[in-house]
Amino acid sequence: MANFNKNLLTTSVGVGLATGFYGISFGALSSAAGLDLWQTMALSLLMFSGGSQFAFVAIAAGGSPALAAAITSAWLLGIRNGFYSVRMVPILKVFGAKKLAAAMLTIDESMAVGTAQELEEDQRRGFWWTGMAVYVFWNAATFVGALVGQSLGSPEQWGLDAAAAAAFVGLIWPRLRERQALIVAAIALGVATFVSPYVPAGMPVLLAGGVAVLFGVFNWFGVRGRDEVAAVETATGESRP
Amino acid sequence: MNTWIAIILAAVAVYSWKIIGAYVPQRLMEKPVIARIAGLLTVALMAGLIGIQGFTSGGQLHADARIPALVVAGLLTWRKAPFIVMVAAAAVVAWVLRAYLGWA
Repeated sequence: MANFNKNLLTTSVGVGLATGFYGISFGALSSAAGLDLWQTMALSLLMFSGGSQFAFVAIAAGGSPALAAAITSAWLLGIRNGFYSVRMVPILKVFGAKKLAAAMLTIDESMAVGTAQELEEDQRRGFWWTGMAVYVFWNAATFVGALVGQSLGSPEQWGLDAAAAAAFVGLIWPRLRERQALIVAAIALGVATFVSPYVPAGMPVLLAGGVAVLFGVFNWFGVRGRDEVAAVETATGESRP
Repeated sequence: MNTWIAIILAAVAVYSWKIIGAYVPQRLMEKPVIARIAGLLTVALMAGLIGIQGFTSGGQLHADARIPALVVAGLLTWRKAPFIVMVAAAAVVAWVLRAYLGWA
């Protein structure tokens, strides 16, 4: 490989390790939510999108009536990956099976490392290396976490129910920089919490999503006169470098 | 619905966005209103899940050791602690409060 970029490889593997590592918490929480080892692994291998996976197991813990809402929530949380795909198309220039593989590896981290590089060659390498590193480590860590989770027994006993809530605090944090996002988060949290005694399991989260649609359509508390690129950057959360 | 079917459907659904992004014309996805809704959806769903996971139990409002655990998680996130450290700390706080201080 010409112009082999060792620093970029180190970055990619480093991001893969760091991100993959918290696959342990996903595996443990998925077990605590009642999914077995292979169901947990299937989520990491096939869904491969942290936010959607955490949401799916959290809602699916509500039992079979909540599964439709679990699917819908996971799906809606995956929307940001679509925006990453849009951004990667002109950089990757791939077709056929390679394009399908690239789509699979399109997540916060691969997009972030890829687009942070200056040379187009490095942008492509950064994307592929980071995507593959995260995929490998995320799945390995999920496996370990699921085994640990299975041996722990009741989720409440070890505070795993608190860990599940904490996971979403960590995931939402980088997206709360703007006033509009903060307001939507506060209202959505309140709506989901206070409607839960009155609607079936799974519904509260979807109603929280309705808050986003309302604020998005009417742009309440939004910044006026932003161009399209800025809007898309908000959508993709300008994730951590 | 069977859990396995739900897992497969959800995986396909999540993958569908990645494919849509890779194949649809760029202009459609970059409409400001669509981009705005997409960004806010992520925030709203995650915030909703914090509410459900933190303050309800079996569909009822319920305040217990998870609340101090969430406060610790928030502080650690603010202080830029690694994700896994923060999640583990939340579990430890809830566990200690329940096991040694008799909290619910």
